[in-house]
Amino acid sequence: MTTFVDIGALSDVPQQGARVVKTMQGCVAVFRTSDDRVFALEDRCPHKGGPLSEGIVHGDRVTCPLHNWVFDMNSGEAQGADEGMVRTYPIRVENGRILISAELMARKAA
Amino acid sequence: MKKKLVVIGAGMASGRMLEQLFDAAPDAYEVTLFNGEPRGNYNRLMLSPVLSGEKTYEDIVTHDDDWYAANGVDCRFGEPVVKIDRKNRIVYSNKGGAPYDALVIATGSAPFIIPVVGKELPGVVTYRDLEDTHAMIDAGVAGKDAVVIGGGLLGLEAAAGMAARGAKVTVIHLMGHLMERQLDPAAGYLLQKDLEKRGIKVHCKGATKAILGTDRAEAVLLEDGTVYPADLVCMAVGIRPETRLANDAHLEVERGIVVDDAMRTSDPHIFALGECVEHRKQLFGLVAPLYDQAKVLAKTLLDEAAEFVPVQTATKLKVTGCDLFSAGDFAEGEGREDIVFRDPGRGIYKRLVLQDDRIIGVVMYGETGDGNWFYGMMKEGTDISEMRETLIFGPAFQGGSKLDPMAAVAALPPEAEICGCNGVSKGTIMAAVAGGACTLDQMRACTKASASCGTCTGLVQQVMAFAMGGEVQEAPAGMCKCTDHTHEDVRRLIKTMALKSIPAVMQELGWKTVGGCHSCRPALNYYLLAEYPLEYKDDRQSRFVNERNHANIQKDGTYSVVPRMWGGVTTPDELRAIADAADKYNVPMVKVTGGQRIDLLGVKKEDLPHMWADLNAAGMVSGAAYSKGLRTVKTCVGKEFCRVGTQDSTGLGIKLEKLMWGSWTPHKLKLGVSGCPRNCAEATCKDIGVVCVDSGYNISIGGAAGMEVKETEHLASTPSEEETIQIILAVTQLYRENGKYLDRLWKWMSKVGLDWIKAQVVDDLENRMALVERFEISQSVYRTDPWAELSTPAETPKWGPLADLTLEAAE
Repeated sequence: MTTFVDIGALSDVPQQGARVVKTMQGCVAVFRTSDDRVFALEDRCPHKGGPLSEGIVHGDRVTCPLHNWVFDMNSGEAQGADEGMVRTYPIRVENGRILISAELMARKAA
Repeated sequence: MKKKLVVIGAGMASGRMLEQLFDAAPDAYEVTLFNGEPRGNYNRLMLSPVLSGEKTYEDIVTHDDDWYAANGVDCRFGEPVVKIDRKNRIVYSNKGGAPYDALVIATGSAPFIIPVVGKELPGVVTYRDLEDTHAMIDAGVAGKDAVVIGGGLLGLEAAAGMAARGAKVTVIHLMGHLMERQLDPAAGYLLQKDLEKRGIKVHCKGATKAILGTDRAEAVLLEDGTVYPADLVCMAVGIRPETRLANDAHLEVERGIVVDDAMRTSDPHIFALGECVEHRKQLFGLVAPLYDQAKVLAKTLLDEAAEFVPVQTATKLKVTGCDLFSAGDFAEGEGREDIVFRDPGRGIYKRLVLQDDRIIGVVMYGETGDGNWFYGMMKEGTDISEMRETLIFGPAFQGGSKLDPMAAVAALPPEAEICGCNGVSKGTIMAAVAGGACTLDQMRACTKASASCGTCTGLVQQVMAFAMGGEVQEAPAGMCKCTDHTHEDVRRLIKTMALKSIPAVMQELGWKTVGGCHSCRPALNYYLLAEYPLEYKDDRQSRFVNERNHANIQKDGTYSVVPRMWGGVTTPDELRAIADAADKYNVPMVKVTGGQRIDLLGVKKEDLPHMWADLNAAGMVSGAAYSKGLRTVKTCVGKEFCRVGTQDSTGLGIKLEKLMWGSWTPHKLKLGVSGCPRNCAEATCKDIGVVCVDSGYNISIGGAAGMEVKETEHLASTPSEEETIQIILAVTQLYRENGKYLDRLWKWMSKVGLDWIKAQVVDDLENRMALVERFEISQSVYRTDPWAELSTPAETPKWGPLADLTLEAAE
């Protein structure tokens, strides 16, 4: 079972925006949609390494700021003609707090 | 010798008649055209968009001076005709006479003024012509109370137009529901609900008793005692044929001027058409039968046999967001049956009235796409008993192979009218395609088809596709995959529907995605802040990373920081502060930019607010080197130092930059000011450039030195520095208001034309100053430093990570 760790308040992340969490596995982008769902994705576009956390969030998708690759935040899959995958991590909101998978505190995932 | 034709009234009906006449026989008549209004023929159907601000008078002109000149028409505009001398065949205006062999009376109609106390008060207007429209616009209705008396087509268009200009509008209607001549109660109710949603109050069964007020209209009193405050009262209860001239001339007049099937009056040399006539006891108000009359009369004048046969016409309301269709007879009666479809959730109502297995009436609200299909069957008298079960669902549900729209288009005769506003037939469009018009824009340019209200755009494209051999023309591309609306449409609708947020735009214009995409969101954000600078709050989350973070992201995720250097001028203190910041934040590269300032490259995101605070402390602000907005004003040293400089180019550049910094534009905007024609500031490849000469300032626009290299084109010359600044601010605002998002100024210029820009900002002084004023209103909000706003103690932590799990792990 996944254990979770508190990383901050939901209100710390802007709607249709993101914040970065530094983890033992690199930077993770924590997104919040306009209807207050949250997603955690590796903050690195498989194309040229762009920071997805700086992309425009639309619906449950995010567009990489460097070359407009679009990712489905549910699956981490690149959309349209582009092929690629970003890692996603378990994340949820409880009582206005954002909880992320504690595996990110480990040195490297097994 | 040519025969003399005199026409009284330059309206749509007589205009169409003249077109037909000149097309068929350009040399048959020498035409004199009188008009009481001081102008020629314009499209009266399009007054509502003028009232709402979507269009201007120039947009709706049907016949301009060139057209009249080309056809040799002697235009006597602003000369009301006062008398017809039938015996000697001479028409007299207030200025003089004109003899005729044939006379056409096309005096149209006059608004009906209900005889109540207070009807003469200032502030009581009608809605019939351009004067009325301008009276309402000039009254400055924004924020004021307006009452429209009459809930028919005209009244509702007036109401919607004034509401779009910000008035608080109440519609008073005598009958039980709106547009009772075109709609049944159910559709009237849906229409009322839609109008009320848009802030227009509707009072049905309201009889006006008096208009109250001492010096001008202040309120409207109803029979039931209700009082509505009213700074402006618009009477739109109906029209009556304008028959005074005909009466005075002792022509046969009933309710209108009586004409026979050939459009001839009781005097064989006098003809009449339009809203002033009565034909077989019937009056006419809609445009389609008037155009039929025009065709008939043109033939009659050429001694060809022709007969006017009135046909039933369908009605559409030209109010954005209210979609209704009505045709035929829909009163209940013996032997009549209804098929009704309702979808309350979507506000859809469709009703077909049947008699003897034939459609005799159609009323649709909310979804009217099948209207013309029903209307066609109604006109043809098609027996619908076979498809009765599924009839209401439209042609798509009639089984068998789907109707091929191409087949329908192919079946149309060449004279079938495709564009009602401009009277363009299928044959004309086919001929234009054969002549090389193969895009919609070209078609609009050479035939005006679909160039006015645009409702026939789809049909025009189908005819074009048919003419080009089935190669289907794409509809004008939507701004992105989220919508079929073009940038231009969206921009217009934001204005006319008063949409003031991104969610409102997406909801009302039917966005197909949730939350749009990276392409439409920044565009919408720009359009909204440009339209509503005081009300709309810039949405950072709808901006590209550089504009959201007020720095340029680099390929490794670090940023570059460029402080503003006004006109490229700096000081030792500023340079020291920049050097200190570069040291303090370990900036890997310091580079001089092409825009005469200094770039600090490789700054980490979390350091941005700290560096900004340091630079702010030294008096510097963001250089906006990342923005679709004012970038730099590049200058040379000018006459203060240079031995060949003619003006203070540096000083002018600084003034411009101080006025314009912080402004957002459709794309980046770079300026240059050179002090002499040697042009050291390279002003002639900037978006806006000034080259100083001994006699003053040469302003040119539309340059670029990027993927495209373009030289600017001359906009204006002036001896005055102040006027130079005003023209530059005005052209910037014009670009802001009209440019498509991500079109550089040169691209916008190539679309609208330099001449149009000149007319707006150089020739029309009043318009220039209005543009400057609107620019200044916007700048009262945006002439601020984003660095200062985003480096406060509350904002600074947001630039760092939300959490650092590497530290916690180490503990």
